[in-house]
Amino acid sequence: MNSTEQVIDITNMEFSWRSGDHPTLAIQAMNVSRGERLFIKGASGSGKSTLLSLLGGVVVQQQGSLHVLGQALNKMGSVGRDRFRADHVGFIFQMFNLLPYLSPIENVLLPCRFSSLRRGNVLKHGKNMEAEARRILGHLDLTDNKQLNSPSIELSVGQQQRVAAARALVGEPELVIADEPTSALDWDRRQAFLELLEHECTNQGTTLVFVSHDASLESMFDRTIDLSKINHATPGQKG
Amino acid sequence: MPIILHLTWKSLMNRRATVILTLLSIALSTALLLGVERVRTEARGSFANTISGTDLVVGARSGTVQLLLYSVFHIGNATNNISWESYQKLASHPKVAWTIPLSLGDSHRGYRVLGTSTEFFQHYQYARRRNLEFAYGVPFNDLYDAVLGAEVAEKLGYQLGQDMVVSHGAGKVSFTKHTDKPFRVAGILKRTGTPVDRTVHVSLAAIEAIHIDWRSGAPLPGMNVSAEKTRNMDLTPRTVTAFLVGLKSRIAVFQVQRVINDYAQEPLSAVLPGVALQELWNMMGVAENALLVVSWAVVLVGLTGMLTAILASLNERRREMAILRSIGARPWQISLLLAGEASILATFGALFGVCLLYGAILAVRPIAETSFGLSLGIGLLTSHEWMLLGLVISAGLIVGIVPAWRAYRLSLADGMTIRI
Repeated sequence: MNSTEQVIDITNMEFSWRSGDHPTLAIQAMNVSRGERLFIKGASGSGKSTLLSLLGGVVVQQQGSLHVLGQALNKMGSVGRDRFRADHVGFIFQMFNLLPYLSPIENVLLPCRFSSLRRGNVLKHGKNMEAEARRILGHLDLTDNKQLNSPSIELSVGQQQRVAAARALVGEPELVIADEPTSALDWDRRQAFLELLEHECTNQGTTLVFVSHDASLESMFDRTIDLSKINHATPGQKG
Repeated sequence: MPIILHLTWKSLMNRRATVILTLLSIALSTALLLGVERVRTEARGSFANTISGTDLVVGARSGTVQLLLYSVFHIGNATNNISWESYQKLASHPKVAWTIPLSLGDSHRGYRVLGTSTEFFQHYQYARRRNLEFAYGVPFNDLYDAVLGAEVAEKLGYQLGQDMVVSHGAGKVSFTKHTDKPFRVAGILKRTGTPVDRTVHVSLAAIEAIHIDWRSGAPLPGMNVSAEKTRNMDLTPRTVTAFLVGLKSRIAVFQVQRVINDYAQEPLSAVLPGVALQELWNMMGVAENALLVVSWAVVLVGLTGMLTAILASLNERRREMAILRSIGARPWQISLLLAGEASILATFGALFGVCLLYGAILAVRPIAETSFGLSLGIGLLTSHEWMLLGLVISAGLIVGIVPAWRAYRLSLADGMTIRI
């Protein structure tokens, strides 16, 4: 879509959940460039969820500027921000990321049902939708045909997280944001999951923002930002 | 939005047990509503179709509705009879074209026996001025001839020429029988959908004959007149229960009615069948409306059940809503998910209700017909019934606004934050 090298660009941004309150998040500068794999370290209460909500365009800042992929999210309407999120950002959450009543394949293809851009990205390469879902799932070591077509609730937690990763990656969004996706996994699986995720992001040229309080994962990323250091707001109640 | 519909459907299938119960409660309430409505209209229809072409119904002085009920519908009993002389005198009134005498009081295995004249088969009309028709045989000719209504013949398996014994009194089980004077089936009428189907018709003389050795409702001890001997006796009736009057010109109806009502020798009542039917409906109207109100209340209960089920599931589904939001679903799409759920439940519940209705009609049809004389049609839904169905579904859609609105608010407040 656009050629800017800055995927995330924050300048003097302040946000509070209720206007008039002390800001929950106050960041002077933060930049993430294209293709980068960024680790954001943050304990709970450091403004992690708030930052993710801002990046996803669910909320907008009161002060300063926030550009994602060169677009000022606060200049868009809420419909525009929802569309922007659907088109350009993939999310992976802590756990229970999937709609339990859909099969893994249906879960993976959900973003393409909400974004014609991402659907177009899949079809652009002349692939059919289901084949693409199977391809990404295959890269993430999920190939059991029976499993892929039964309700997702029957998968293990680790498998569910990999399906969630595939869903975040489908249709080549420019940015994938992962919020503690490994916290429910044991050490070995954590490593394996991260390797698969990074590999896929590199393949697609996707920028990865990975948020966790677990400093031991730091070494696997290009760069680390400690959120509690760049957030100058007084610690609030909101996480 | 097909994706939202698809998700709604999948989510409902995932909660099959609750969904089926909710569907069932909506279906039952819809079936009840439509059933009450159908019984109501069918009852009205069959009442209205019972008699036509008759200008006046005459009986001993009583209420309009009561007279109509016992004379035409054979429900209840007359308070008093009309003397033969009065009947003769009124029947020969210059404005009167024809009369049909009706003499009730006996029965045959639960079916009423009606003493009448052959005028009955000529002049009695039902529905839209249809005359009675014979399926087999002819009107009674001999003293001990009987003409059966379609249902009597069918249910009791009578054929032409068969013998039958009439019981005294109108009950299904009778201890006093006119065994000494059996009747022969001379004719069987075609089905009419009126009380005629459930009636055994004999001549007035026959009624007189079987009671010739009876006094005050019991056989006289020591007196037994044989069937053959009776033929030679005077069988002029002493009384009739009621009679139907056809006038030469309908314009005279109020004049003749006044003549009968003012008849000095005997206290008599003459009623216009249409007016009496109207009065009957007004009486039933209260009960009908009460029934209708109750069935609407049941529909409301069904829909409230649906609302409860959806609202209860809403909290568990906040995670689902957050996930959808993170994928880019807009808040209105989330609320559509819930509204869609209500619409699917209401629509399918109502349609399922229609199936239940037809099932129930098929099941109770035979009983309704024999016990209440109510012929329930299994025809297609009438436009009125479609309208009721539409009302139920729209009510469901309106109810669905509540969870939809709540989901909208929740998804705005929660955003992508997953709350359990």
